[in-house]
Amino acid sequence: MTAEARDASVHDTIPKLLLRNAKIRGARPAMREKDLGIWQTWSWAETLEEIRDLALGLRVLGLKRGDRVAIVGDNRPRLYWAICSAQSLGAIPVPVYQDSVAEEMGYVLDHAGVKFAVVENQEQVDKLLEIRETYKNLKEIVFDEERGLQNYDVDGVRSYATVQQLGRDSGVGEDVWRSEIAKGKAEDTAIILYTSGTTGRPKGVVLTQGACVWAADTAEKFDNLTEKEEVIAYLPMAWVGDHVFSYAQSYVSGYCVNCPESPETIIVDRREVGTTYAFAPPRIYENLITQTTVAMEDASAIKKKMFEYFLGVAREYGEDILNGKSVPLMARVKYWLGNFMVYGPLKNRYGLSKVRIGYTAGEAIGPEIFKYYRALGINLKQLYGQTEAAVYITGQPDGEIYADTVGTPMGGVEIKIADSGEVMYRSPGIFTEYYKNKEATRDTKTADGWVHSGDAGFIDDNGHLKIIDRAKDVGHLNDGTLFPPKYIENKLKFFPNIKEAVAFGDGRDEVTAFINIDLTSVGSWAERNNVVYASYQELAGHADVYKMIEEHVDAVNRELSREERVAGAQISRFLILHKELDPDDGEITRTAKVRRSLVNERYAVLIDALYDPSRKRQKIKTEVTFEDGRRGDIEGDVEIRDMKLHAIDRASFKEAAE
Amino acid sequence: MNVAVKPAAAGNDSANAPEVMLDIRNVSLSFGGVHAIKDVSFNINKGEIRAIIGPNGAGKTSMLNVINGFYHPQVGEITFKGETRAQMRPYVAATQGIARTFQNVALFRGMSTLDNIMSGRTLKMHRNFFWQMLRFGPAMQEEVEHRERVEEIIDFLEIQHIRRTPVGRLPYGLQKRVELARALAMEPELLLLDEPMAGMNLEEKEDMSRFILDVNDQFGTTIALIEHDMGVVMDLSTRVVVLDHGEKIADGTPAEVSSNQDVIDAYLGVAH
Repeated sequence: MTAEARDASVHDTIPKLLLRNAKIRGARPAMREKDLGIWQTWSWAETLEEIRDLALGLRVLGLKRGDRVAIVGDNRPRLYWAICSAQSLGAIPVPVYQDSVAEEMGYVLDHAGVKFAVVENQEQVDKLLEIRETYKNLKEIVFDEERGLQNYDVDGVRSYATVQQLGRDSGVGEDVWRSEIAKGKAEDTAIILYTSGTTGRPKGVVLTQGACVWAADTAEKFDNLTEKEEVIAYLPMAWVGDHVFSYAQSYVSGYCVNCPESPETIIVDRREVGTTYAFAPPRIYENLITQTTVAMEDASAIKKKMFEYFLGVAREYGEDILNGKSVPLMARVKYWLGNFMVYGPLKNRYGLSKVRIGYTAGEAIGPEIFKYYRALGINLKQLYGQTEAAVYITGQPDGEIYADTVGTPMGGVEIKIADSGEVMYRSPGIFTEYYKNKEATRDTKTADGWVHSGDAGFIDDNGHLKIIDRAKDVGHLNDGTLFPPKYIENKLKFFPNIKEAVAFGDGRDEVTAFINIDLTSVGSWAERNNVVYASYQELAGHADVYKMIEEHVDAVNRELSREERVAGAQISRFLILHKELDPDDGEITRTAKVRRSLVNERYAVLIDALYDPSRKRQKIKTEVTFEDGRRGDIEGDVEIRDMKLHAIDRASFKEAAE
Repeated sequence: MNVAVKPAAAGNDSANAPEVMLDIRNVSLSFGGVHAIKDVSFNINKGEIRAIIGPNGAGKTSMLNVINGFYHPQVGEITFKGETRAQMRPYVAATQGIARTFQNVALFRGMSTLDNIMSGRTLKMHRNFFWQMLRFGPAMQEEVEHRERVEEIIDFLEIQHIRRTPVGRLPYGLQKRVELARALAMEPELLLLDEPMAGMNLEEKEDMSRFILDVNDQFGTTIALIEHDMGVVMDLSTRVVVLDHGEKIADGTPAEVSSNQDVIDAYLGVAH
């Protein structure tokens, strides 16, 4: 891409970049969506028209500079355009997690003082109408999908197309809109992103136009992104990762963002699009492996043999080949053959054949999972980011990949480790404030611009950052042993059979854990082994399942026993929960992070039982919330399993240190 | 015997009398000595959702089979869109705009979702068998047109992700949805649903209810449905007809029917 260079002082806001893209690459695709089975494309020039018409329509309806506009729904071109339309008028978009229940959503809308909402479909309109009964500030609701809404005769509820028509009919010319864009500055608030928050109410992170453009610019330089990249947008629009990867980055680098047909068709859609730049939380990568493992269990003996053999080859040489190191000729031949027979088709299945750079972020990824993809020849890298940093803090440069670290500071980011062990950072991308929450802003951001990440970590010998756990979660056992719960939980979760784990141990004598089994993986195992079950609860309590999980816990203990800092934090007792931890019950966040305090409170009976050696079983009754908000009870009688701990060989640590 | 005679044809507001789409008059059906349906009369108005309920063996499915011409009643007459008929074959019923789904899913299990739904378009295809085999020129163009309609239905019922999946591999709830899709592909005026929610869990039932309402709302399709879940029946239907042992025991709005003593007796049994 050698078109006129981007000048950061001129193109300092996203809407200005839209004008630029329409001018220098007007015919190139900006957005695609699969509709009725066919990919529809909008060029940058068409995108500009769509955004302009909507903006002028919203202006007619009374949208003013500084007003907040909620954006609610799955990843749809029209919702992305709505973000840009709002920004072009100087209004502030507030994307909201689309699956949050009315009460959660109401809180955010109220807190952000939202006046307008652009939403996907009837489901969201109904939710917003319910919210509007108590929260009167919400004036206009604009919906994308008309289905089921034709007969809605409610004030302030209009279709997207009607609003665009209003814009076209208003008689206000494009020059007015362009002059509004010209008024935009880098210091303007670009967006408010509400973090799901593992504690308390969500906080609104305010990011400026400058921060968003900086983030995209940094990533472009870091990975040499061009307008030719293809990206698929399928992660929640309210997540900072999606906002930067599927929105800001696209306007800065000029590449095309593809919206899948439905949330369930992503793998097929990704394959059709041929994504070159991918971004996903570890969970997505884990799921792909789980599915593969399950499918391979059912495959014929020959295929299984072939798969295992070539996977072995890949594990041995794949990483080196990817890093451009020298490997024996025979290994190259075998790898080439493996690529033809196994890796290629597998990557094609995952829709990752063309991926040039893939990122995982949001949570720690299991080294096994990470290495698996790299062995297949996919350039998967780790990234450490936060909403407060407009994503980027550290990233792994090509050729310097270590499974257990998250890389070096990216362009313009400074990092330091506080005395408490907490990672702190400063960059042009950091947030302005938490919206209407001065106290929280003060606690997180220092006067000279350093941000407390809330994560404990250290910089290792080769200058890469290593994150251990959330700083406030790291605790100590009574004998002083370090207890990083997430570190232990992640080790457990790396087994496909374990979906979620919660470890306890801070201020206790020993470490114990709750386990959630993975229904896909364990269910398939049950099918193969003729284990009959009627529900999650029944499967979770099955003796053979307990035996299987016991082996996993034992393996984790063995691993822990070999690491000096955490050898004392082996799991001494565990239980398999009778229900899955669920975001609808508030036990985990929408981005699947455990809310510890809530779990502690709700399952107090079980935790007490874990620390009472005389108890072998414990009865429990928990309240559950169904998807539509109704409540019910689940009762369980949970077995508690004791574990044998592995001996800690202190001598070997010394040896390793020498 | 107590036949609750309601002035059904007059509807709820006589000022704006609804158009009757299907009128069933004094229909009786027997198999040898078994009387499946005994002198039943009711009608279905254009654009309404009409529920047919009753205990097991009440003759509900037989009634549907009579409507779509699979069974031929010995007595009585059926008027569909103003045309009275004595006997009709299912093929004719289908061409006239009656589509149905089955109590036990009846799909081509080895074929994909897409192909199953396409099969619902068969009656609307005009090129002959040999043209179809060529898949070329006019036949291809025709296929594209039909595919477009089918894609709209796929989108409508949110089954994009199983477009290429063989139906036999799908869970039951989704198979039911595919069956509905195939019926919709016929663009019917009258849609007969035989226990569309049997064997579904709460969430699937809610989805299905929404689809039925949307079909009625969006396409203006008249719907007759048999259902056991009373909550669903009460929420969805405009009017309900109750059968018991082949006889009609009540007919009216959900509220009227649910407070009818005969209906309560039929469902809960009578104390002796």
